[in-house]
Amino acid sequence: MKITVRVWRQANPSAEGKMVAYDLDHVSEHMSFLEMLDVLNERLTLEGEEPIAFDSDCREGICGMCGLVINGLAHGPERTTTCQLHMRSFKDGDVIDIEPWRSSSFPVVKDLVVDRGAFDRIIAAGGYISAPTGSAPEANNLPVPKADADHAFEAATCIGCGACVAACPNGSAMLFTAAKITHLGLLPQGQPERTSRVIGMVEQHDAEGFGNCTNIGECTAACPKGIPLDTISRLNRDLLGALAKGKA
Amino acid sequence: MGGLNPMTVTVNTEARTDDFTDLYDLGAPIADTKAPDVDVTKRWDTRRFEAKLVNPANRRKLKVIIVGTGLAGASAAATLGEAGYQVTSFCYQDSPRRAHSIAAQGGINAAKNYRNDGDSIYRLFYDTVKGGDFRSRESNVYRLAQVSVEIIDQCVAQGVPFAREYGGLLDNRSFGGVQVSRTFYARGQTGQQLLLGAYQALERQVAAGTVVNHTRHEMLEVIVADGRARGVIVRDMVTGEIETHFADAVVLATGGYGNVFFLSTNAMGCNVTANWRAHRKGAYFGNPCYTQIHPTCIPVSGDYQSKLTLMSESLRNDGRIWVPKKAGDDRPASQIPEEDRDYYLERQYPSFGNLVPRDIASRAAKYVCDEGRGVGPGGLGVYLDFADAITRLGRDTVEAKYGNLFDMYAQITGENPYETPMRIYPAVHYTMGGLWVDYDLQSSITGLFVTGEANFSDHGANRLGASALMQGLADGYFVLPYTLANYLADGPFDAIDETHPAAVEAKKQVTDRIEKLLSVNGTRTVDSFHRELGNIMWEYCGMARSEGGLLKAIELIRELRTEFWRNVKVTGVNEDLNQTLERAGRVADFIDLGELMCIDALHRRESCGGHFRVESQTEDGEALRHDDEFAYVAAWEFGGDGGKPILHKEALIYQNVEMKQRSYK
Repeated sequence: MKITVRVWRQANPSAEGKMVAYDLDHVSEHMSFLEMLDVLNERLTLEGEEPIAFDSDCREGICGMCGLVINGLAHGPERTTTCQLHMRSFKDGDVIDIEPWRSSSFPVVKDLVVDRGAFDRIIAAGGYISAPTGSAPEANNLPVPKADADHAFEAATCIGCGACVAACPNGSAMLFTAAKITHLGLLPQGQPERTSRVIGMVEQHDAEGFGNCTNIGECTAACPKGIPLDTISRLNRDLLGALAKGKA
Repeated sequence: MGGLNPMTVTVNTEARTDDFTDLYDLGAPIADTKAPDVDVTKRWDTRRFEAKLVNPANRRKLKVIIVGTGLAGASAAATLGEAGYQVTSFCYQDSPRRAHSIAAQGGINAAKNYRNDGDSIYRLFYDTVKGGDFRSRESNVYRLAQVSVEIIDQCVAQGVPFAREYGGLLDNRSFGGVQVSRTFYARGQTGQQLLLGAYQALERQVAAGTVVNHTRHEMLEVIVADGRARGVIVRDMVTGEIETHFADAVVLATGGYGNVFFLSTNAMGCNVTANWRAHRKGAYFGNPCYTQIHPTCIPVSGDYQSKLTLMSESLRNDGRIWVPKKAGDDRPASQIPEEDRDYYLERQYPSFGNLVPRDIASRAAKYVCDEGRGVGPGGLGVYLDFADAITRLGRDTVEAKYGNLFDMYAQITGENPYETPMRIYPAVHYTMGGLWVDYDLQSSITGLFVTGEANFSDHGANRLGASALMQGLADGYFVLPYTLANYLADGPFDAIDETHPAAVEAKKQVTDRIEKLLSVNGTRTVDSFHRELGNIMWEYCGMARSEGGLLKAIELIRELRTEFWRNVKVTGVNEDLNQTLERAGRVADFIDLGELMCIDALHRRESCGGHFRVESQTEDGEALRHDDEFAYVAAWEFGGDGGKPILHKEALIYQNVEMKQRSYK
């Protein structure tokens, strides 16, 4: 099929960006979306033009490195990562807009590449259980109810791609933050640091300039891993509890 | 300078009986001198006791560089940072959490014997040595089995949400054809959960100020000063700045080199550059030809294909593998009647059927496709059919067991595997070879340590399922912290700065090479070279290797190298985020590695594990080892640009596990 892509081109963080249109013939419906961009980049290279910079690594939907806003939707029309999106989701003659994640907390580095370092800093502010290597007790000394373990696992499947932020009208990273709060807060191992964790992570979240949650739910709709909105309720409950204890 | 002086010698491709001394030189034998000479069960305790300790107050004066943030790198960085050393870590991704360990699906082995089914440290050791086809070191493997139990404890304490039973205790499953249930798992995302555990531990140390992590930085050279690894040259992939970093020791946890085949299940960015640059500076490369090819991947759909996706091997428990009996039969699967189908694994291996080991299943698929009986685009696929399973178990049961895999397949191919059989084909998945290390995980460069998939140490010629995650974390959490401390106890070493000749030279090597890549300005893209290299490697150094094919491959690779440096087109400049430039450097190193892999595969005139030489098989077509001649590690020394690599043999001695030929008939 033939398609036209309109791609955000921006030379560097301070440069002015603009949408540039490219026509592609012979696009196979079996191609992944990123392979379509690979093919375009090969052509641009041979034409002596700079290829389009975009991030991707595992290309199997688990590393979280890829992420494009496609026709206004984070990761495009299917509920999946950009790398798992295939051209069969589009049709001959389509004009497809491709933009980077839009959030002031994810500054554009070049073209479609953004800086998501804020996520690492949120994790560093408390998204862990302190378990010095070698100090762990025998694993089966601490039974965890299966329901809790499964629920924790669901939250732990977050891949840190940032689609939640890109989709949120407030540019909030609450779903990302709440997924980690939920994962660790549901486990007995996570209890000792539960209060300091939520306070530290939410403070960092705010310091990074992410907006607040107003329960719109775009985040969970865009999340390729289906992290549920109720994780944010859990975050809020933990946060209120922590503040009530006066540990802020 | 890689490739600036390509070898132009023509390879003699006639059938040969000699030792290929036109292609390599034989050096002095080597040995691991670090494993204590005591019973295998006592070696690690003895080594730990003998190892020197570093006073906590002195640790903060000692610097360690760790390259790579996968399981092996992040676990080491977190542990060493916590111990009080000054750690600097690097990753090429935009976050340490994205390292490709994250994509491992199946699980992690540990000799916990929670199932009371006869497992033990000794049995895990035994299975791993045997699974490696007697080409790994007993000392290292025993230690791996020993520390496996601590890994699970550590990960649970970090909050890794392993699968559990209703009583709240950890669940296990049997994996990869072993007879005990020793595999711990977190649904199909075990690698992700283990990596996030290590990543969170790493970020905790970042917050504590003991670890500084640099994302989007790629290591391009190691600095070897006065006989010790003392630092690295890295490129800031955003600004292009070439930075020099110093330390008292350097750790490479940079993963495997499966992307030498262009198409593999590795991530797009996985590369051999850090290892290859270290190899050029004196680190021996161990068994480069040992690669693992996984039988159940989704086939290539077109020439735009950028990577391959693995599906869990568990599919072979209920799916039946077949191709049409007649070559060129292009009827849809549903119209091929039972009598025209060849269930070739069940036919050839009646006792194991579809559950034969990975390499056998992979090779058998290649053979039927070579006969023109493959299915799907390009004839490179075989059917994996669940029709019988759905009839026998019901669709709901099949969906409960394999639903997520069926969904993944449907998403990628657009086909419904409940109605039409899946198509699968083998793909490169893991590399057992890597930089040679001793029992301390130290390479042949003093002060350069290598962990995880990047080293060659624990899997011999073939890795068992669920053992890669185990090894990465064993190295990082429980081995390196002792052995590296023993090395650092002699430090801090003499101060070194950017004026040291070794640092100046290393930086110049990097900048010269980048300049050269940017100045060729030819007519072919980097990817076109990478694809061509991949095709050569897959064809001649893939599932079945022959002398004639390997000699031809070496010649083709040399021509490709010449063509690359003459005609590659790298757009843009260094002082920018330049993904073409990044890939160009990696592909140049893959070309050089590819040649060494072929030489290694050529010299090893036996079949073992993942290395199958067509000249060395039994009458039944099974792999035939030659323990009398080849029970050694091939450790290759770099012989200079235009020079020949030098082979050092480390004899493998089995004092505990009796060497046997395997049989799956």
